[in-house]
Amino acid sequence: MARRQSKRKTIIVSIVAWMIGLLLFFPIFWTMVAAFKTESDAYSLPQNFLTTPWTLENFGIVQERSDYFRYVFNTTVIVVLSTLLGLLFAIPAAWSMAFAPTSESRSKLSGWNWLAIVLGALSVCFLGLYFTDWKPSNALLGIALLLIFVVPASLWAWSLNTHNSLLWMLSTKMMPPAGALIPIYLIFNRNGLVFRDWGWVNLSEYNLIDSFWGMVPLMTLLNLPIIIWMLFTYFKEIPVGILEAARMDGASLWNELFRILTPMALPGIASTCLLNIILAWNEAFWSLNLTNKYAAPLSFFISEYSSPEGQFWAKLSAASIMAIAPILVVGWFSQKQLVRGLTFGAVK
Amino acid sequence: MGTIALNRVRKAFGDAVIIPGADLEIRNGEFVVFVGPSGCGKSTLLRLIAGLEDTTSGHISIDDKDVTDVPPAGRELAMVFQSYALYPHMSVRSNIAFPLKMAKMPQSEIDAKVNHAARTLNLNDYLDRKPGQLSGGQRQRVAIGRAIVRNPKAFLFDEPLSNLDAALRVNMRIFIMQLHKDLGSTSIYVTHDQVEAMTMADRIVVLNKGNIEQVGSPLELYNHPNSLFVAGFIGSPKMNFVEDNSIGVRPEHLQTSDKKGDWAGTVKLTENLGSDTFLHVDGGQLGMITVRASGESTLKPGDRIWLTPEKGRLHRFDANGKAIRK
Repeated sequence: MARRQSKRKTIIVSIVAWMIGLLLFFPIFWTMVAAFKTESDAYSLPQNFLTTPWTLENFGIVQERSDYFRYVFNTTVIVVLSTLLGLLFAIPAAWSMAFAPTSESRSKLSGWNWLAIVLGALSVCFLGLYFTDWKPSNALLGIALLLIFVVPASLWAWSLNTHNSLLWMLSTKMMPPAGALIPIYLIFNRNGLVFRDWGWVNLSEYNLIDSFWGMVPLMTLLNLPIIIWMLFTYFKEIPVGILEAARMDGASLWNELFRILTPMALPGIASTCLLNIILAWNEAFWSLNLTNKYAAPLSFFISEYSSPEGQFWAKLSAASIMAIAPILVVGWFSQKQLVRGLTFGAVK
Repeated sequence: MGTIALNRVRKAFGDAVIIPGADLEIRNGEFVVFVGPSGCGKSTLLRLIAGLEDTTSGHISIDDKDVTDVPPAGRELAMVFQSYALYPHMSVRSNIAFPLKMAKMPQSEIDAKVNHAARTLNLNDYLDRKPGQLSGGQRQRVAIGRAIVRNPKAFLFDEPLSNLDAALRVNMRIFIMQLHKDLGSTSIYVTHDQVEAMTMADRIVVLNKGNIEQVGSPLELYNHPNSLFVAGFIGSPKMNFVEDNSIGVRPEHLQTSDKKGDWAGTVKLTENLGSDTFLHVDGGQLGMITVRASGESTLKPGDRIWLTPEKGRLHRFDANGKAIRK
């Protein structure tokens, strides 16, 4: 039986909901209005929200000063490639965790043992680097040092049961990004460990900063835990019997994944994609710190109008509107899909 | 060809042993039914044969070839699942064609085979529908169609009829038996329903707690059960056990009389099915005894009666529950 509510209660709840909604929308409304004002009007306080003379000049100036379409292109490249790359890793990962979960750890060692092993390996690496003046003299030594750390760390990751790997994966999202900024900036910018003159090959000309080679994998890795988690929950809804039927029918792993699982999980995969696109499109922290020209996305484009010389609020607002417009359109047209995907399973 | 042999097959999940060690030979063309109460390991045994579960130890061979480590796709078996497990995003036609596509058969041949299967299974009108638009019985026929198109070495049925209603179940049972007769392929059929087991099987394998209790033809198991467990499991209503489970007698092998007999009792409850009447008789010291009487029986609750087991129809068991042969 449907719950019965009095008419008055409905009206009050609606009014309160609308008020909260409008309150949340207010900053966006401000931005939208400010984009169509002159710079001095946008700056004046108290604001005249609806009575100022309207103008389109901000958009013209923004396009003139910084090439909007170039930033759109950069953002699109980063978003599309990082999403595709993310799916390529996330679909098999989520598949294995949803359909072949391990409940027990694959090794008899305790977490403390593993911590000791990984930290031990790390200290051996640092010692190696210390004795070679932080620059291993030849590639072989460098690779050996890398393996000393990577092999035990991967073994540890491999030994985790499904539940733990899911939690550990999410833990990468628990640290404030600023905490990892310095090492990642240095790896990107002056990567003396890899991008240097090795003697037989000279890599000193290369670095990852402000390049797609850096931004695409970074964006993939940033969002990978979320994609895997989301896909995992969708895949859990699919009866394993259907995949077993495919195996009995002679389907290879590839066919099972891409002819049976993927089409069945399409609503889930689509909404995962969409969420990933939105997250990557709006990402600002790493983009602002690691790009400045060639691979700079739209968030960088916006920030150009907030400079030490002054805050150009009208232009900043215009740039913001231009930056979010494409993703807003995409989001609007796919909202049905997004909602369907996000509630998939809950209301099956 | 389709002979299947299990040699000391063992399956354990961690410390929980599901199948302690099974030995079994299944001959070519045979219809074998695995039967047992739920949790007895019959489905696990089937899944081990299918390759959907890995054996902990032991060997499985198909046509004298060891397939213990061969993945399901390489075993050339076809399986029909309880849940149908149809591909919901594909039409009926694509569902049936899927195993042939996986075998990389040319399209013209696929079409011919799919059409033939659809005719056999009466699915011609539904070929372009999605599984979601079909009834339970139709879905099960599609699942069978998907199994028969590629001439597998054996069919594996995992409780295929449990999701169907009673009337449909009888029809499908007859249909599967007819199909088996026509195709002549080896079939392994898992069920907890002993009526299905009795009516369909060439040989029945009775499982209890992962152990194979007895293998034999339906009548062999009915007439000469090896143990208390088999005696109690095969036959409906269940065999009566008296005198500390040392003697068993089936309800249909008890004669009733209102004057004299071996055991005295009082009728407590009657169930009239039309063809038969089941009498639940309180035998005092003997406990409750079920009797199958004729449908015309006029006995009522409260009536005093005498029961006499038919000659040579008594089953005797030792203290371990094993049958004592005369």
